Amino acid sequence: MLVEKARGARTIAALNAVAAGLGLRFGMTLAQGRALVPQLTTGEADADGDSRFLHTLAATCEIFTPLVALRGADGLILDITGCAHLFGGEREIGQAARGRLHRWGVQTQAAIAGTPEAAWAFARHKRGIIAQSGEEEALAKELPITALDQDRATTLALGRAGFQTLGDLANRPSNLLSARFGEGLASVLSRVLGREDIRITPLRPLPEVMAERHFPEPLGLMESLLATLERLAGDAMRALETRGIGGRAFEASFFRSDGMVRRIHIQTAQPTRDVASLMRLTRLKIDALADPLDPGFGFDALRLAVLRTEPLAELQPHLDGERSAAEGAQALADLVNRLVARFGHESVQRFVASDTHDPARAGGTAPWLSSAPSTWPALEPGQPPARPFTLFVHPQPIDVLAEVPDSPPLRFRWRRVLHEVMLAEGPERIAPEWWREGASTAPARDYYRVEDAKGHRFWVFRERLYGDTNASPRWFMHGLFA
Amino acid sequence: MSLSHSRMPEGNPRPSCLPVLAESGLHEFFAEHEADSAAPGALALMLAAGSRDGAWLWVRHEPQGRETGLPYPSGLAELGLSPAAVLFFRAQDVASALQAGLEGARCAALGAVIIELRGEAKAYDLVASRRLSLAGRTCGVPVVMVRLGASPVPSAAHTRWQVRALPSRPLAAKAPGPPGFELSLLRARNGREGVLIHVEWDRDARQFIPRSPLGTDLPARRAAPVSGAVVPVPLHRPGAPDVWRHAG
Repeated sequence: MLVEKARGARTIAALNAVAAGLGLRFGMTLAQGRALVPQLTTGEADADGDSRFLHTLAATCEIFTPLVALRGADGLILDITGCAHLFGGEREIGQAARGRLHRWGVQTQAAIAGTPEAAWAFARHKRGIIAQSGEEEALAKELPITALDQDRATTLALGRAGFQTLGDLANRPSNLLSARFGEGLASVLSRVLGREDIRITPLRPLPEVMAERHFPEPLGLMESLLATLERLAGDAMRALETRGIGGRAFEASFFRSDGMVRRIHIQTAQPTRDVASLMRLTRLKIDALADPLDPGFGFDALRLAVLRTEPLAELQPHLDGERSAAEGAQALADLVNRLVARFGHESVQRFVASDTHDPARAGGTAPWLSSAPSTWPALEPGQPPARPFTLFVHPQPIDVLAEVPDSPPLRFRWRRVLHEVMLAEGPERIAPEWWREGASTAPARDYYRVEDAKGHRFWVFRERLYGDTNASPRWFMHGLFA
Repeated sequence: MSLSHSRMPEGNPRPSCLPVLAESGLHEFFAEHEADSAAPGALALMLAAGSRDGAWLWVRHEPQGRETGLPYPSGLAELGLSPAAVLFFRAQDVASALQAGLEGARCAALGAVIIELRGEAKAYDLVASRRLSLAGRTCGVPVVMVRLGASPVPSAAHTRWQVRALPSRPLAAKAPGPPGFELSLLRARNGREGVLIHVEWDRDARQFIPRSPLGTDLPARRAAPVSGAVVPVPLHRPGAPDVWRHAG
């Protein structure tokens, strides 16, 4: 039995069949429970852990349909429209789903019906039923009021009004119900009765193109899995080709027979329909997995989904064998794909500019695949570079000898080395961006470009002016010029 | 001075007064002093910009950021180099830096591959450098290996240069001028060691112009660089007593 803290008291959050047989009830306080059963064994409820586990179960159920949604804290809704015949019928798919969940050691109640609300109500009050289309209403009318899954106050109010079953409610005009209990109750009622249907909102969006294969026996050999994946990729790419699009993001799901699901994501720099290059990236990705793909007792099924697509026109190869700009771009995209597959999404970056005069934010890097190229301002001809080649994330303090109030350094010591300044330009005052949310209250900085006797060029700045405060201003090294 | 043009790179080779990368394959740049750390990387990018079209793969070993700072795109743009043309690769270790560099060297669409390593790198040995060199030659991609805080080890590089910053020509009011560099050729396949080159980067024309080493006078723009066989400068060895303090 598990307890949780609710409204200042420790109450029973979950209990097993034995505990229920002893008279314990859900929602009872722990003290009451102890009074009934002194030798009660309890544990703390872990709502986050339960939620994670439910997500794992949802992933497992994706073997039956890509449309899986969570319902409450302990329910899963599967949209099996058009999927049942693949498993031999509705009864068989229901049994298979429950069997798969039982491997995780959970007890299940299941039902199949025409609308998600009806299925949910039947699962809880008429377990195991498979409502054929048209008979939902008759079946639902026998259900108690609690099947509507409303809050306590509404359920109580309906009970006090003399409604015992949904049948009592079904014949009442819905405008009366709406007037008393709100629009929600009336629509839930009509959904449970199968008069109205809504789509479920799946946990993960439906992929644009999908190919899958179920194995009669679990398959453990990596080579055969990859061969299957290659066939699936061929199917998916043909589907893409007929629509004139190419995939940018792919996902291979490996359903292990014990219910674990491993997913491998592959992103490409350009839309592709090339099976060979996709397989190469997949192999690279699998080789680079920190946590290798453990076949265990084998995999039940394999699915390849194309998550993101973009238009892709056929390329016309040049007759004279010259490389065109498009082919060059393709070769570059292939390079990015290979590097990303092997070293991760963050490893390949591009330089991006942002419109600010704060030097630390003016230029940065962003992952290549998830950013667009940016443009830089035009240069003033005949001038030397005004910004350093490298920039320190944290400016490094330096000891400086300089004339007051705002002359460049005469000499400075950086990392124990003394630099005699020969040439200098400045100050260039850069104030912090006070209008930004959470901006620092740092004082303005006076930047100088300085060059020492050996020709090394540095970007140094002074915080505050001499005479501004009692404290003498501090100097920092912020970057190195080429 | 010019290196043998046994194999011209693909793409559009541009005339340059510094045909350091005229030959595809592996070239090594060493920084003379720690304060020169930014010079070889920048020089490599400038050479790449001056020699061939195409994007550049810039592979940088991560600890580099602590010592020399992170590459600053605005600074790249200020040098007249297009930051948009750079594929920047952050390598967690030397092995992955070499792997990524090798992948890049095999991609003929690239203009150049620049790999920056800091400190002694055991993984960069004769075999690794041979691989890079071969891949670069086969695909016609120049590969520049920038070594900072390291002393040269035997490698399959075509040329090995030592780079240091040159005092710039002062502008009005004693402001530092455009960046100047001194390159000395430590080793070359065709045995022309000891070549010393002094150049200045013209960011508007995106090319090098020759200059005198003293930095006071401005030489006329000539077609050929000022260079000649002189005594090679002894290489700075980080193992020797050094006043430089490392960051971190």
